Amino acid sequence: MFMSFTTATLIPMQFAIPDFAPAIPEIFLLAGTCLVLLVDLFLKDSNRYITYLLSQTVLLITAYLVISGINDVSMAEALQTTGKASLTTFSEMFVLDPMSQVLKVSILLITVGVFVYSRPYLKTRQMFKGEYFTLGMFAVLGMMIMVSAKTMLVIYLGLELLSLAMYAMVAFRRNDGRASEAGMKYFVLGAIASGMLLYGMSIIYGVTGSLHLDHIDSFMMGHNVMTNMGLLLGLSFVLVGLGFKLGVVPFHMWVPDVYDGSPTAVTLFLGTAPKIAAFAMMFRLLVEGLDEMLLGWQQILSLLAALSLFIGNVVAIAQTNIKRMLAYSTISHMGFVLLGILAGTEVGYASSMFYIITYSIVAMGAFGIIILLSRDGYEADRLIDLQGLSSRHPWYAFMMMLFLFSMAGVPPTVGFYAKLSVLKAVVGAEVVWLAVFAVVMSVIGAYYYLRAIKLMYFDQPDEFVGDEELLVPAKSGFDFKLLLSVNGLSVLALGILPGALMSLCVLAVEASL
Amino acid sequence: MTFELFIFYVFSAVTLFSAVGVVTARNPVYAALFLILAFFTSAATWVLLEAEFLGVVLVLVYVGAVMVLFLFVIMMLDINIDTLKEGFTRYMPIGILVAVAVAAEMILVMKSKTFDRPIPEAAPLDSSNTEAIGEILYTEYVYPFEIAAVILVVAIIAAIALTLRRREGVKKQDQGAQIRTRKEDRLRIVKMKTEAKQGER
Repeated sequence: MFMSFTTATLIPMQFAIPDFAPAIPEIFLLAGTCLVLLVDLFLKDSNRYITYLLSQTVLLITAYLVISGINDVSMAEALQTTGKASLTTFSEMFVLDPMSQVLKVSILLITVGVFVYSRPYLKTRQMFKGEYFTLGMFAVLGMMIMVSAKTMLVIYLGLELLSLAMYAMVAFRRNDGRASEAGMKYFVLGAIASGMLLYGMSIIYGVTGSLHLDHIDSFMMGHNVMTNMGLLLGLSFVLVGLGFKLGVVPFHMWVPDVYDGSPTAVTLFLGTAPKIAAFAMMFRLLVEGLDEMLLGWQQILSLLAALSLFIGNVVAIAQTNIKRMLAYSTISHMGFVLLGILAGTEVGYASSMFYIITYSIVAMGAFGIIILLSRDGYEADRLIDLQGLSSRHPWYAFMMMLFLFSMAGVPPTVGFYAKLSVLKAVVGAEVVWLAVFAVVMSVIGAYYYLRAIKLMYFDQPDEFVGDEELLVPAKSGFDFKLLLSVNGLSVLALGILPGALMSLCVLAVEASL
Repeated sequence: MTFELFIFYVFSAVTLFSAVGVVTARNPVYAALFLILAFFTSAATWVLLEAEFLGVVLVLVYVGAVMVLFLFVIMMLDINIDTLKEGFTRYMPIGILVAVAVAAEMILVMKSKTFDRPIPEAAPLDSSNTEAIGEILYTEYVYPFEIAAVILVVAIIAAIALTLRRREGVKKQDQGAQIRTRKEDRLRIVKMKTEAKQGER
C-alpha cells in the first residue's frame, strides 16, 4: 500500500494549482471563524454581543456566497463536458453540485436561527461565551465539508471536525454533572462509531483500491459485488457507523441521554443542522459510492428503519421530559429518512432530502419554545410545563401546536407532506409492508404529540403546577419572537405550498446522480 | 524463506504478542509499555515496506510524545484495577459473542481472496519516501491536509474551553503588579536613634 506512494507519484511539476472558486464559501467561513476567535479574545464579557453579531454576519455572508457561488458559465461547461451539473476541485475531492448548495444553505440558515434562539438561554446562564459560537461555526464548516465531499477521506475528516466541536459543546457547562456525563457518553460512543466507519472505509479501500466515490462506483460496475465478502463486510461496518451518527435503532442509545443532558441551546443545535449533514454523508456514501450494492444496504436499512420507527414511537410515549420525548421522536423521524433512501429511486432520495430539511426546521422551533419557556435556574423541559400554555401565551401555544402537528404528520403542516412523499416513494419501490408499518407507527406516535397539545389547550396551568413563576410572561428579545413566529408560520406555509422546496430537492438529486 | 520474510514474521509475531498484552495486562503501566512495544514493531514493519519516514514518525510521535504523556497520566490517576474489572464476568458472554462474530467475519473475508490485488513494484533504491509523501501531501491531498489542520485547531479550542478556569482566590503571581511596584510599596525607612556602644561612657 505504501509502496504505491513511491512508485506512482514521483512525477513532480505536473501539479496545477486547484481552482478555489467552488470552495469560496468554505474558505470564507474558515477565515471568518478565525477572525471571530481572535476578536473574542479582546472583548470584555459585557461586549460579548459583538462576537454574536459577527458570527451571525459571517454565517449569513457564507450563505450568500453559497447561493451566488454557482457560476453559470463554468457550470454549463461542466454540464457539456461531463453531463453532470457539478464542479469538482482539489483533485476531485471537493464537489459543488445543486444538492450540496441546497443542503449548505439549509445548514447555514438553520444555524443562524439556532444562534438567535440560544442567545437568551446562554445569557441567563453565564454561558454566553465566544467558544459556543466559534465551536458552532467550526461544526458548520465540518458539515459543509461533509456535504461537498467526494472521497471517503474527506467525508471522514468533515465528520470528525463536526463531532469534535459537538463533543465540546455538549460538555460546555462544566459544572453540571449531567452535561459532563452526556459529553462523555457522546464522546465515547461517537469515537467507537467513527472507528467502525473508518474500518468499513478501509476495507472498501482495500478491495476497490480507491477512496474516491466515483472510482469505487466504477470499480463495482465490473464486479459481482453481492458475492464479494470484503465489500459486504465493509458495507456493514460503514452502515454501523452511519447508524450511530444518525441515531437509528439499534445504535440509538446515546440520543436520549445526550439530548437530555446537554444544555438546551446545545440540544437545539445538535438536533437540527447535523442531521442534514448526516443525510448528506449517507447519500454520498451509499447512493454515490456504493450504488451497486443497493440490494445489500436496502435490506439492512429496512430493518434499521422498521426498528427505529417502532422503538422511537413506542418508547416516546413513556417519557415525561420533553427533551427525551423529542429525542425518541428524532429516532423515529430518522427511520422515515431511511425509508426514503432505501426506496432506491430518485423520488425517494428527493423526498428524504425534503424530509430532513423540513424536520430540522420543525425541531428548531420546538426546542426554541422550550428555551422560551425556561428561565435561569429553571428548565421548562417537563411535559407538565406545557400545561395551560394556551391561556398564558396563546400565540406561542399556537406555534408549538404547529410544530407538534408537523412532527405527528397532521395536515396542513409540512410534516404531513414530508411523510406522504416518503411513503409514496416507498410504495413506488414496492416495499408496501414497510409503508404500512410506517403509517401504523405514525399513528401510535401521534398519541404523544397530541397529548402535549391537550396539555397546552385543555388543561389549566394552576391545576397541577401551582408554580407562580410559570405564570410570568416569558421574556425574550424581539428577534427571538420574530424568528419563532416566522419559524412556525413557515411550517404551515411549507405544508400548504410544498411544491417549490420539493421541486428544488428533485432537481438537486437529479443533477447529482 | 528469505531473510526479509523471516524478519517480517518475527516483528509481526512480537506485534501480535504485545497487542494481546495491552488488553490482558493487569497493570495499566504494563499495558502502556506493551503498547509502546507494539508501536516499535509496527514501525519496523513499515520500514520493511520501504516506508521509512512513517516508521520514524511513528516512533518519534507516538512513542516519544504520546505514550510518555499516557504514562504520566496513568501514574497520576492512581487507577483502581478492581473497580475497572467489575462486571467483567457479567458482560463476558456478550463480549465473547461479539468477538466470535467479528472474528468469523474477518476469517471469511480473508479466505474469500477479495484483497487479491497486484502487488506494486518495489521502488528503486534511490527514491526518497519522505520526498514522495511531502509531494503528494501538499499537492493532491492538500484539501484533506488543511481540514486536518482545522481539526487540530478545534481540538485546542475545545480543550481550553473545557479546562480553563478562572477561579477566585488563587494564590498566583500577578506579573503586572510585580513590575508596577514602586520603592515605597516595599521599603519602609525607619528612623532610629543611634545607640552608643556599650562600655564607652
